[in-house]
Amino acid sequence: MLELKNISVNKGAFSLKSINFTVEKGDYFILLGVSGAGKSMVLETIAGLVIPDSGQVMLNQRDITHEKIQHRRIGLVFQDHAVFPHMTVAENVGYPLHGKHFPHSERNLKVKNIAEKMGIGSLLSRKPATLSGGELQRIALARTLIQEPLILLLDEPLASMDTHLREELRKLLRGLNKNGQTIIHVTHDYEEAISLGNKIAVIHDGEILQSGTPEEIFQNPKSGFIAHFTGVKNFFNVSAANEQNQATVLINNRISVCLPGECTSGTGYLMIRAEDILLSLHRLDSSAINNFEGVVKELIPSRSGIEVLVDIGVVIHALITRESMVHLSLEEGKTIWISFKATSLRFIPS
Amino acid sequence: MVNELKFSLLHSIFLLLGALVLLFILSPLLGMFLATSPVSLFDTAKEPEVRQSIWLTIWISMATTLFFAIAAVPLSYLLARKSFPLKKLITGIIDLPVVIPHSAAGIAILGFVSRNSILGKMGSLIGLDFVGAPAGIAVAMAFVSIPYLINAARDGFLGVPERLEKAALTLGASPVRVFFTISLPLAWRNIVSGLILMFARGMSEFGAVAIVAYHPMVTPVLIYERFGAFGLKYARPVSVLFILITLTLFILLRYLAKEKNSESSKR
Repeated sequence: MLELKNISVNKGAFSLKSINFTVEKGDYFILLGVSGAGKSMVLETIAGLVIPDSGQVMLNQRDITHEKIQHRRIGLVFQDHAVFPHMTVAENVGYPLHGKHFPHSERNLKVKNIAEKMGIGSLLSRKPATLSGGELQRIALARTLIQEPLILLLDEPLASMDTHLREELRKLLRGLNKNGQTIIHVTHDYEEAISLGNKIAVIHDGEILQSGTPEEIFQNPKSGFIAHFTGVKNFFNVSAANEQNQATVLINNRISVCLPGECTSGTGYLMIRAEDILLSLHRLDSSAINNFEGVVKELIPSRSGIEVLVDIGVVIHALITRESMVHLSLEEGKTIWISFKATSLRFIPS
Repeated sequence: MVNELKFSLLHSIFLLLGALVLLFILSPLLGMFLATSPVSLFDTAKEPEVRQSIWLTIWISMATTLFFAIAAVPLSYLLARKSFPLKKLITGIIDLPVVIPHSAAGIAILGFVSRNSILGKMGSLIGLDFVGAPAGIAVAMAFVSIPYLINAARDGFLGVPERLEKAALTLGASPVRVFFTISLPLAWRNIVSGLILMFARGMSEFGAVAIVAYHPMVTPVLIYERFGAFGLKYARPVSVLFILITLTLFILLRYLAKEKNSESSKR
């Protein structure tokens, strides 16, 4: 549907270097990177606000690199919402319909419908100055969606929102995507990326370092930066269930791991930090309720110690000190026990 | 404690100096008002020459402001939004009329609009005379007052976040629509302020207008004429009357602009 081919932009302090990626219809595509990585510039290039020095933006096999912004049918929601302060909510939401030969009554109906859908139906006559960040975000979304964009671009839509609002908006975005809306979402938060995206591209210093499914990115980070940025070695696609007030997740439908308390059933991602995993020669009688026997597959020296890869049916990464390795006489092929506390696990529903 | 004392002492000195400045501005005006009897004011207001002159001054300045705003406001937008070669020089040129003596400006304009100049010849083709005519007064007023509008409008456009204009573009609006629905309304307060300033500056202009068109007499020229011919006593009532009328007009315009703004922000 959308393809960026070798996009390069040079704007003094900011630049994009040969950006390539493809977004298919119905994708929820996440552009993940730290601030200043060039994420917003990629969005502005797709929207037409930035014209690349070289490369092409293709939309449905059509070159739109130099097409006028207003003819692209690409909706962009800015990080600061960019709600027009001198207009009411209704005027803001209805803005894209003016000059499009809609009868007045039809326009009002459309505004009302989308406002109801976004949960801002009661705010239509209000001015933006009196509204909260969450409400402004919904207005900006409604205003963009009313023009039925082919692609919805979101610039850090969940930043500066409290947890409750964030969860609500995530639900809303998931729903939009489920109904077929193609979305490109820019964020610096890898949890947000995992919980929403079906494809992720990691961008750093104006370059795409890696792109693929969340599993591909988090399980096989192609560069040290991604591994460091995501910071997660043990990353699994899991299904969760609650049994007798105890949540468990199944890794690869085989390995059952206990989570603290209850959780929402369904699929998601499980993360365990390598430094939270204990290695022992015998099964430990401790407070850790997850204990597995496995075989040492590989020992990798790293800056922070020794990374031990243990096969328990899936490969688990554990990080220990050199002293511990000597003390346990670890070597490849040795049988060993691993244990970790349920509270050290992170489950992110997808 | 010592700091507070020092601070309040400093403030007292500032207050005293400030009061002196205020007194300096107000006392000549108050002196003039007190020296003018209501009867003489009333008699002056009845004089057709005075009434015609005040009316002429107001309408020419207003028409000039509106006419030149059509070109000045778009120029302000360009200055606020675009970067181009020699932009600093252009900004300097715009401020030029403020710094040069207005009699010198009048001489320059006279050469520019005289019957032998290109503009003068073009004007006479369509029956428009500049020298000694309302059109000449308008040109002189505009020359000295247009920087006030351009600078105020430019500051207004600078205050409009560019992101709002970009957002409007992504919402399918053409650049023309973006200008009229986003940039202009959001910069409106400053533009109105600039229009009022330009209008006020135009009305009060004497030097340039007197050289380009002594007749028909705008009120500042009439005041000068009466002073020269009859002395202070005869110039005073016209001055007081003109000040009263212009002040009322400005207060009214400011009030209307404020009302409109607060109304639109309340909606």
